[in-house]
Amino acid sequence: MNSPVSGSAEMELARVVRDHAGRLAAALVSLLGDFAAAEDLVADAVLAALERWPVEGVPERPDAWLFTVARRRGMDVLRRQARYQDKLAQLRWPVTPEPGNRLRLIFTCCHPALPRESRIALTLRVVCGLTTAQIASAFLVRESTVAQRITRAKRKITDAGIPYRIPAADELGERLGEVLAVVYLLFNEGYLASGSDVAEHRDLTEDAEWLAGLLDGLMPTEPEVTGLLALIRLHRARAAARFDGEGNLIRLSDQDRGRWDHEAIAGATRLLTRAALHRRPGPYQLQAAIVACHAEAKTWADTDWPQIVILYDLLLARAPSPVTRLHRAIALRQVAGAEVALTELVAVAGPLDRYHLFHATRAELLRELGHPAQARAADRRALELTSNPAEQAVLRRRLHNS
Amino acid sequence: MKYVLMFCETEQWEKDWAAMDQAGRDAGFAKVQDWLARYSDKITHNRKLSDAHTATTVRLEAEGPLVTDGPFVEGKEVVSGYVEVEVADLDEALRMAKDWPACPLVEIRPVLM
Repeated sequence: MNSPVSGSAEMELARVVRDHAGRLAAALVSLLGDFAAAEDLVADAVLAALERWPVEGVPERPDAWLFTVARRRGMDVLRRQARYQDKLAQLRWPVTPEPGNRLRLIFTCCHPALPRESRIALTLRVVCGLTTAQIASAFLVRESTVAQRITRAKRKITDAGIPYRIPAADELGERLGEVLAVVYLLFNEGYLASGSDVAEHRDLTEDAEWLAGLLDGLMPTEPEVTGLLALIRLHRARAAARFDGEGNLIRLSDQDRGRWDHEAIAGATRLLTRAALHRRPGPYQLQAAIVACHAEAKTWADTDWPQIVILYDLLLARAPSPVTRLHRAIALRQVAGAEVALTELVAVAGPLDRYHLFHATRAELLRELGHPAQARAADRRALELTSNPAEQAVLRRRLHNS
Repeated sequence: MKYVLMFCETEQWEKDWAAMDQAGRDAGFAKVQDWLARYSDKITHNRKLSDAHTATTVRLEAEGPLVTDGPFVEGKEVVSGYVEVEVADLDEALRMAKDWPACPLVEIRPVLM
């Protein structure tokens, strides 16, 4: 989109669209009971806004503007269908804030009967108000692919009878897990990709933070939701120090901690304390607690490593994973030394053989233990396995200097 | 909405079943009977099928129908029975399938007509 507005105005515009489009979508779906029809109306309104606002300026009441466009378009398209027409005619803006509607919408978009890529695309489209073009550019896939995923997902929602509702209490845990997984994947996608062409790509971590914040507002008593929000905010608070001027990745131990957003870190830590009051720890709260340990340390050496190892143990007890064991081994090195850490690493060698961080970590430990030749071989293996240019640069530098 | 829940047996499941003694099989049947009774108000129709070796397949090809033995796919998983249920939505059908006490694979399909 060729837009005369500056970057920050464009972000503001995205925020307005996201906020009101999601609310409008929720209201329309609950009114029409037809997911696909409601989503089409909102998508058209959002598209119109993205085309016209940058040229004409953001209207004084952007919400009412979106509503009017969606309603007018709805009347046109659905004139033949009396059922919708009557209902649409009854619809008034502002829609009374009904948090339940938006939650129902999110749970429908993240239903486990839909493929995961579709859940992500549908959530970004319907809840965040992104266009297919924006979603496509964020994930580096063709726009037609995104459009197809969304179309198929909408068809399945209707044809397979996927309900538009918040799951009952006994299934909420499992289903909320699916929703949080979508937000977490979105965040990771943005976080890992943020090294390359930052200016070109939409910041998915911002969308993820917004979604997590929305969920936290809608379900304030679910501690894992709060935990995920804290986790995302903690990572984002340290983002400014992650890359140098040339886009090279800076390791946590070498980052300039003065560039971290300490106010945001304190806020996220307060969220975590609020979540802990429920006494229902889960993987997101534990991961956030680990990141908080790093974020609160004045220096790398000051980090509370024993606490981090304990948190990893708790995390492994709930969500066993070889990658988590790898990270635990890195912390263990600070507490018990390189030899103990290397022994721990050997235990996960099988499942992580194709993971570059495993080999890079192994290289560091081998170098520390005085095996430079083996260390170089491990670094070379790591270099083969990563396609992220920032990580490749770190490894090349290391091979060059050793 | 009407759905059909198709129950599929896997190779491992068949082996385990064959290795079971009569008491074990009786207990297995009893669990299935319990499940059918528990959801009797939702189940409109249910059938257990004979083993896959009894299957005959008709392929409707351009040169005329071709009759062969065996199930329609040379798969290791075969449909061994089905129920038709009348429930509100997919989530309700999913809940029933998650409770199913016998073979380890259940496919859920909405019924078109």
